[in-house]
Formats: sequence, structure tokens, C-alpha cells
Amino acid sequence: MDFKNLLIEKTKNIFGNSLEEVTDFRNDLCFVFDSEKIFELAKFLKEDPELSFEMCKDVTAIDWATRKNRFTVVYQLYSFKNNFNLRVKANLKNDPPAIESVTSLWKSADWYERETFDMYGINFKNHPDLRRMYMPEGFEYYPLRKEFPVMGIPGSLPLPEKND
Amino acid sequence: MEKAKNIYTDEKLLKSLLADKDVTIEEDALEHEMVINMGPQHPATHGVLRLVLRLDGETVVKVVPELGYLHRGYEKMAENMSYYEYIPHTDRLDYTATMCNNVAYVLAVEKLAGIEAPKRAQYIRMIIAELSRIAAHMVAIGTYAMDVGAVTMVMWTFKEREKIQNVFDRIAGARFTTSYTRIGGVASDMDDEAIAMTKKFLDELEPALVDMDKLLLGNRIFIDRLEGVGVLKKEDAINYGVTGPNLRATGVEYDVRRAKPYLFYNEIDFKIPTYTEGDALSRYFIRGDEVKESAKILRQCLEKMPGGEVMANDPKRVLPHKDEIYTKMEELIYDFMIVNFGINPPVGDVYFSAENPKGELGFYIVSNGSGQPWKLKIHSPSFCNLQVLPLICKGQMVSDVIAIIGSLDPVMGEADK
Repeated sequence: MDFKNLLIEKTKNIFGNSLEEVTDFRNDLCFVFDSEKIFELAKFLKEDPELSFEMCKDVTAIDWATRKNRFTVVYQLYSFKNNFNLRVKANLKNDPPAIESVTSLWKSADWYERETFDMYGINFKNHPDLRRMYMPEGFEYYPLRKEFPVMGIPGSLPLPEKND
Repeated sequence: MEKAKNIYTDEKLLKSLLADKDVTIEEDALEHEMVINMGPQHPATHGVLRLVLRLDGETVVKVVPELGYLHRGYEKMAENMSYYEYIPHTDRLDYTATMCNNVAYVLAVEKLAGIEAPKRAQYIRMIIAELSRIAAHMVAIGTYAMDVGAVTMVMWTFKEREKIQNVFDRIAGARFTTSYTRIGGVASDMDDEAIAMTKKFLDELEPALVDMDKLLLGNRIFIDRLEGVGVLKKEDAINYGVTGPNLRATGVEYDVRRAKPYLFYNEIDFKIPTYTEGDALSRYFIRGDEVKESAKILRQCLEKMPGGEVMANDPKRVLPHKDEIYTKMEELIYDFMIVNFGINPPVGDVYFSAENPKGELGFYIVSNGSGQPWKLKIHSPSFCNLQVLPLICKGQMVSDVIAIIGSLDPVMGEADK
């Protein structure tokens, strides 16, 4: 059995229905997983000696704008042992959007989650330092949400006024 | 105070400014920990990186990096333009290695759309990517040496880089903002003169590298300032998501060109240099070794490069040549459709990463079947590498912070996106 099937089988055996969907587009394996149990899955993927996804390459989100569950959080994981890239997606069901942080497992997720919070306003629970990454403190909008205009919102950043 | 009221319209900001206008420090600052601000306008932070340091005397207790001073919102802009339109914007990510970014982006789109470029185009892409890697490492080594006091070095490395820029000028028509690759190939063929220029550059590079090594490694100050400074452990590097030369300097033999070969790197014989020390000096050595390996790859590519087309024949998705657009009706229609409506890749999402000079540059593209990406996420290596800064700066001297930033070699255009 090759690694891909082993990975799917093992995850299915342990998590059952929490693994909602498995897709394989252009040879990129992707798990769609229950957002409530994402931390357990992450812990399993990292700590299982056969899988050992030691590196979290990226955490980001997708804004679907019109769908009922508007946000999807996307993780890119890499296993050095098996030379394998895995993508995990979790559709967020709660409003305002929130999900468990994985920073305690992968330190690299710290800044990725801050960036996602900054851009989409997704709250990562138990994150050690959830602040904005790029935008200034006190900025009230989330720029990568689809309703935010590309040109920006006039007046959203304080500007010095003209002297008389 | 009246003046301040006029300048700061934000009430919260004004209030907090006025609150500490009378605060004076009465005690001796050197007896206590102090907080100093380094950057964003600091010559050694390679752009607009801002670090807030907490110091005990000269020892660093804690570092907080602040990013975002060069944030231009490239991910937002990508959602509002077609796949072709975005190519010039990739130049502005890591502006020391523009060609590498171009190559990585078009490969990601080609993976999504299922297009394959002709073999000659792929070899040209390898050549320009490796040339770009040498250029980026030349900048990295030069500015790094300058940061720690060896100012001559930057003149020597920029001399070599200048020759690469001339090759790019010949191939792409631009020295710096190249935007040379296209989806399904490259913009124009690499002619004999460009090949001759590349060969001449390689012949001159090898003796120049020996000279550079002599200049720096015969310098005790350089070695003493870097050896054992900013040590990064293997486990930490993996846990913090460090990639590229900084990861290989800790002893992990991970290079995307070997792990997930793209283009024709599987046909090329090259070594992946690794060091186990993980300190600032090993991060200098590894860049020098990578330049040598890139030169080796370039020689093989020039030898193996086949003839033939440089653009794929896929009229509905690959831009036709300008000559054909001006003379033929069909091509004019295709050009109009691609420029106005885009290439409409199938619904789905892909992640593609390529080995850039700074580390692994990844593009995660979500397509909804229209001509514009629904989402495009850039996994930028400088961003990930900077994250490890607080860890390795802890306990070092404040002057070592300069050396550590130089050794990590971040480019803020990429870290801030």
C-alpha cells in the first residue's frame, strides 16, 4: 500500500465521519475535516511515527462570500520522512468565525494564524499572541474579505489634517 | 499642544500621546532593562523591518519583529486581475531574484490549468532561475559582509551581479523587472549571444569566487563576528517552518528541486550543500556553495538545452506570438479572448512550491473556473524565516542582531507581500 492510501485509511479508522471528504486534484491530496476536531487531527498527523507531518508550511483561509459556511481554513503540511505534502481544509460553521489554534504543535503557525486573523478576522482560540500582522493596530476592517474594496475604504486610516 | 490636536485626528491616539507627555526617566537607564526600537529605517535591516528590542545592557532579552511597512496587498490585487496580468507583480516579491518568482508563479498556474511548456522553454526557465539564484546570493553575501564591516565585498559581488543583469537585459529586455515567463512558455527565445554571455559569465565567476573567499576568510574579524552567533537547531528550524539555505545550514537536506523535482531538475546532476552548525558563519558558507552548484547546473543546462519552440501550442490558453496576432485573424481572436476574459482554468485548488534563493516560494491558487483567481496565497520564505528571529537573537549582543538579520537574508518585499 502506498503512502497516500495508508494516510487515508489510518485517518478514516481513527476519526471516522469527522473526515468529511478526500479530494485529489492534480495529485494534491486534500482532507476536508470537521473544524471542531482540527486540533486532534493536527496532533495525530504530527505525532504519529509513521506519518510525522513535522512542518506546517502555511495556514490561510478562503472567503466563499455567498456560501452558508462562509470561511474555510486551509493548512499545508509537509512530512520530511515521507516527502509528502498534505492539505487540510476545515469549513467554519460558527459566526463569528473561530477555530482552535495549532500554534502549540507547530510554532510556525503563530505568524500564519496572525496573518489569517488580520486578513479575514478569523479568531484562533488559544493563540498566544493574536494581533494584526500587517495592518496597523486599530484598523477596523479585514482586507481579504470579499466585501472589502480593492481601492480601500476612505477614512479607514487616520491621516494628518491640513494646517490652516 | 494645540499643534498636536491639529495633526492627530484620532482621539484615542491623541489621548495616549498627551498622557505621557510629561514622563521623564529619572533613574539611570543602564541599570535597568531598556526597550529600543531598531528600524524600519535602518541600513542593516534590509528594507523596512522593524525590531523592538528589550536590552539588558548590551544583551538582548527579547525581540519583537513588526512587519507590514511594505504591505501592498498583492494577494488582494491578484483576486482582481487575470492570471497573465499578475506575472509582473511577482517581480516585486523578492526583488533580488525576479526570474525565480516569475518561474514559480507560472509553474503554479500551469499546474492548475494543466498546461505543459515545451522542453526548450523549461530549460530556459532553469537557466534564468539559476542565474537569478546566483544574483540573489551575490546580493545576500555582499550586503551581509557589509553589515558586519567588510565593505569591499559588496563591490566585488555586485560586479558579478551586474553581468547577470546584462544577460537578463539581452534575454528579457529588462535588467531588473524582468516579467519574462509566460503561461505555457517564455516570452522570447534565448539567442546565441545570450548563451555566449552566460558562458563568459560562468568562466569569470569561478576565479572571482576564489578571490571573494580569500578576501573574507582571510579576515579574522569577519570569522570572529559570525562563528557561533545565532545558532539555530535542527528541530527548531523545522518547527518554525524555516526553509531554504537557512534550513540546510542546520543539517536538514531539504531542497524542493530534489524533494519534488519540477522543470527538468531530475535530469541534472547537482549536490545539495548542507552544514550542521546552524550558526551565522555556516549560513554564509552555504550561500557560497550554492552559487557553485548553480554554476554547475547552468553548465549542464547550456549543454543539454534542446532546440524547438518556446511557447506551447494551446491556442485557447497560451498567448500567441505578436507577429501572428498582427497578421492572422484566428490568433487575433484568441489574443483578444485571453486578454479580456482570461484562461479559465478548471475549478479546484493547487499548491505549488519552487526553491527560491531565500527558501521555498509557494503559491496556493483557488480557481472557481473564471479568468481571475478566487484566491491566491503566497507562501513567502522570508516571512517564515523571519519568524525564527526572536528565538535566535535571545541572549546575543545587540551588534550580533545585525549579523543575524544579514545571515537570515530576508527581503521585505516578499515578507510583507
